[in-house]
This record gives sequence, structure tokens and C-alpha cells, in this order.
Amino acid sequence: MPTPIAVKRVIDYNARVRVKADKSGVETANVKMSMNPFCEIAVEEALRLKGKKLAEEVVAVSLGPKACQDQIRTAMAMGADRGIHVLTDTELQPLAVAKLLAKIAERETPDMFLLGKQAIDDDCNQTGQMLAALLSWPQATFASKVEMEAGNKRAVVTREVDGGLETLRLRLPAVVTTDLRLNEPRYATLPNIMKAKKKPIDQLTPEELGVDVAPRLQTVKVEEPPKRKGGIIVKSVEELVDKLRNEAKVL
Amino acid sequence: VTTLVVAEHKGNKLGADTLSAINAAKSLGGDISILLAGEGVQPAAQHASTVPGISKVLTADDAVLAKGTAESLAALLVAVQNRRSYTHIAAPSSSFGRNLLPRAAAQLDVQPASDVTEVIDADTFVRPIYAGNAVQTIRFPAEGPRLFTVRTSAFPAEPAEASASAEIEAVTQEELAAAKEMDTGSEWVGQDVSTSERPELGSAKVVISGGRALKSAENFQMLYDLADQLGGAVGASRAAVDAGFCPNDMQVGQTGKVVAPDLYIAVGVSGAIQHLAGMKDSKCIVAINTDPDCPIFQVADYGLVMDLFEAIPSLGKEIQKHAK
Repeated sequence: MPTPIAVKRVIDYNARVRVKADKSGVETANVKMSMNPFCEIAVEEALRLKGKKLAEEVVAVSLGPKACQDQIRTAMAMGADRGIHVLTDTELQPLAVAKLLAKIAERETPDMFLLGKQAIDDDCNQTGQMLAALLSWPQATFASKVEMEAGNKRAVVTREVDGGLETLRLRLPAVVTTDLRLNEPRYATLPNIMKAKKKPIDQLTPEELGVDVAPRLQTVKVEEPPKRKGGIIVKSVEELVDKLRNEAKVL
Repeated sequence: VTTLVVAEHKGNKLGADTLSAINAAKSLGGDISILLAGEGVQPAAQHASTVPGISKVLTADDAVLAKGTAESLAALLVAVQNRRSYTHIAAPSSSFGRNLLPRAAAQLDVQPASDVTEVIDADTFVRPIYAGNAVQTIRFPAEGPRLFTVRTSAFPAEPAEASASAEIEAVTQEELAAAKEMDTGSEWVGQDVSTSERPELGSAKVVISGGRALKSAENFQMLYDLADQLGGAVGASRAAVDAGFCPNDMQVGQTGKVVAPDLYIAVGVSGAIQHLAGMKDSKCIVAINTDPDCPIFQVADYGLVMDLFEAIPSLGKEIQKHAK
């Protein structure tokens, strides 16, 4: 049974984000793009499952414009066996992504679908939960540890929740979304990057999968957040406490 | 406008996160109901019924709902919505709300809005994107329920004093059956919850955060001492959590908790974009760092360029001096 993982192309986490002058969105032209950091963790986890012979095949799935193939290649350079690219230039919101991934789950019949807990661009934190709902599979979000039980029928997942950790036992197939603490993703080596160029990528369209991907939520505008007023550098602890007491009045 | 707020309850009371979500719901206008699910929820329902502005408290009391797994809660929420047709469904953007709401939304075929910071009108909401480096205004389609999670630091928690008495009503057997008969495939095994006498990070008036420069878990004790002196909570940067100085649930940032206290003291925190996303709406920010060029000083109201091992103890003493 393959383990599909979903990877998203996003603005690199270190890049400076600039809002477009017409307020229609964020400038993405000539900005460094990368794989979403949480997706890298999902790829790594899938590869570790395969390494322990708990997954037969790791399939990287990405949805969006042609350039998303770069992120599929990156996943394959890390070790994913093949890729699936759903090509569309429409803005995809999490519900549409979840519907497309659900169709792919029907074709691939995986034991586990791994996703990052959120994309660092839209910060939605929804797709995995929605995918699990559409498939009627159990879900474990914000995973910091994934273990398989003997017989490979259930997964025991530790989740990062407010106040601490929680452990669930899930019947497979299941959807798991990754938190930062799950693992340390590997770097792709040059030979593996070369090998990845030969690995196959299936290309599909939303129409072929029979999914209406039109955005449900309309973006009215995107703006810069309010700027904080410049602060001051104080010279001593005494001055700091004095300012906090008498100026900011927070002590 | 009729709004259902999905409640999180702790120790027989509504959680502070839920009280913030109720406040967000109030800015929509209209009628507000609360959905309380779990086992033995009557005391929490009594508390909920006294929160001003609530007209009804719906309870779903069953052992199946005791551990709050997303599968059974979402099934319940969908059944409640199908019977009662609310125009809006809100939940706090806590790990509880973020786990549950999108699952229910997909079952209702709705694209929800995450982490709403402002309500413009019944269809139009504001939310941060790109780690808070941009602010997006979105509009729901005219038809169908609007589901959203509420960034709790953006809305005050309700006052604690009781002033109202809302009706308490149990959900129908049919609605409860949706959750009970659901084959969830998920089983709650256990939890490991950090216990602390300090206020919750998300609702504390003062937060003191430590970064990698603290150098060890033991050194975090300085921050705990100062926090106790100020009645505050302690947070951490990702670097401090990854280094094992403190548990994950103390992380402040894009992927951890988002806080907006009256006073945020960042100690030995450089101020990466991802950390700023979790604290830059604090009313007053203090940064203590030896490096005058680190980005935290660009958002700090008061910066102190000083070794934290010298600054923190003397800060404690100085505050104590004035307290006398």
C-alpha cells in the first residue's frame, strides 16, 4: 500500500513578504519559492515509514500551477518514489485541495495520507481535517510521534495539543498532519537529485478528477498589517522599570 | 443571524478561549447559542448559561463525547447544524477548534475561515496570512453557513460575573445518535498535560519568553521566578523548545500559541518572523538581548541591550523594590 503525502509550493519561510500595491494579494513574482516546511516533515515521515517497511511506496502529490513540479521533484529527491501533479492555475482553497486529494486517495488506496499541519502562506490549518472528513477516515492532527502497531492495522499517534500531549490509536487508513517536532527532514543529496529527474510524475487536472475547484471564499483585499511605532533603547534596568511603571503603565 | 459557538470546557467551566469566541460571535449581532459536548457537562452548562449574551446552551452529554475526538464531535456538530440551520458556527482557534471545525465544515461542504481577528459584517471577516505579514479580508458566499475559528487573542474573554440566565436544552436523541453511532476508528489512549499554577499562556496579562540564549532548562527558572512575581506566564521561542529547555506547548509563534498580553518580555529571543507572528500584537513589548542588531528590537517598545543573566535578576529586584 502506498503512502501518499501532499506537498505545497509556498514562498520560502525566510523570504520577505510584500503586499501588492493593488491589494489583490502578496507579490510572488521573483520571490524564492520552496516546499512548505510542514510538508517536508510529512515527506520525511513517509520515508521513515518506508524505511521501516511499513509503507510500500511513497507518492508525492502537489496541486497547482506547472511550477509545483519543482516541489514534487524535491520530494522525490528526498526519496519519494513517484509524483502526482494536479495541474490548475485556479487559486485552490483547502476544501478544493481536500476534494482533489480524496479523489487521489480513492485511486491510490493508501494506508496513510500525510500532510503538514498548515501551509505557511495561507496559515489555514484545514486541509488534512477536511480530507479525513471527506474520506470518513480517522484523523490525527499536529502529530509529534507516529508509530505502527503490530500487524500494521493501527497507528498510535501523539499529538501536540494546548497544554501538552495527547495520544490516539487510529484505525488505518487514516489522515495524519505533521507538527514541527515530528522529525528532522533530510537533505536531498546530489545523486538523489539526479535520480529524481528520472522518476515519473503523473499529471492530472481537476476536470479529470471531477472536482469543482472554484474558490468559495472571495478575497476582498490583502493589506499590510499595522506597523508598530518605533521603540526606544533604555540604558539600565532601573530606567526600564521606570518606563514600564510610569510611561507604559503595565507594572 | 443565528450563531452557534462550539465550546471547550475545563474544570466544569467554559475555557477562556471559548469566552473570546463568544465575544467574536457577539460582534455579528443576532442570537447566540453554545454547544457543550462531553460527559458530565451539566456544571459547565450552568456556567455557560450565566455568560451575558447567550440565549441557549445546548448540551450533548454522553460517554462517547468524553474525550472530544474530532470524529464524533464533528458528527454531532453536523447533525446539530442540519437540524437547527445556524447562519454562523464559530469555535476558538485552539488545538480543539482547529482539529474539529474543518472536519465538520467539509462534511457541510463549506470552506471555513481560520483564525479570524475581526468581524466586518455577517459575511466579511479579517484574518492574518503569511505569519501575520499580511492581513486578508475575505467574504463568504451569500448561501450556506459561515464557519470560522476565532483568534482568541484578538477578542477579550467575557467578564466572569454572572448576569444572565440562558436556557439549557439537551440535544435530541437523533442528534446525539449521529455521534454515538459514528464508527470513528479513533480511540483516545492518554494524555500528558503540563500542570502549572501560572495563568494560561493565551490569556495571561504578562508573558515572559525565553530563547536559545537561556542556554539550559535550569536557567528558565529565572523566567518562572520573574513570571510568578508579576503573576504572568512563561513562553518560549522555537529554538528554546527544540533545545529541550521547555515543553512544546510553551512555544509562541506562527505554529505555536498566539498571545497578545499587556506586557511581553522577550529574553534572549532574536525575533524571527515566525516568533513575531505569535506576539507582535502585545500592547507593550520589552526585549532584552546582547545583540543590538537583532530583529526583536524593531518591534520592541523598550529595548535593553544587556546580558540576560545580569538583567533578569536585577529586573526582579527592581520591580520588588517598587512593589514595597
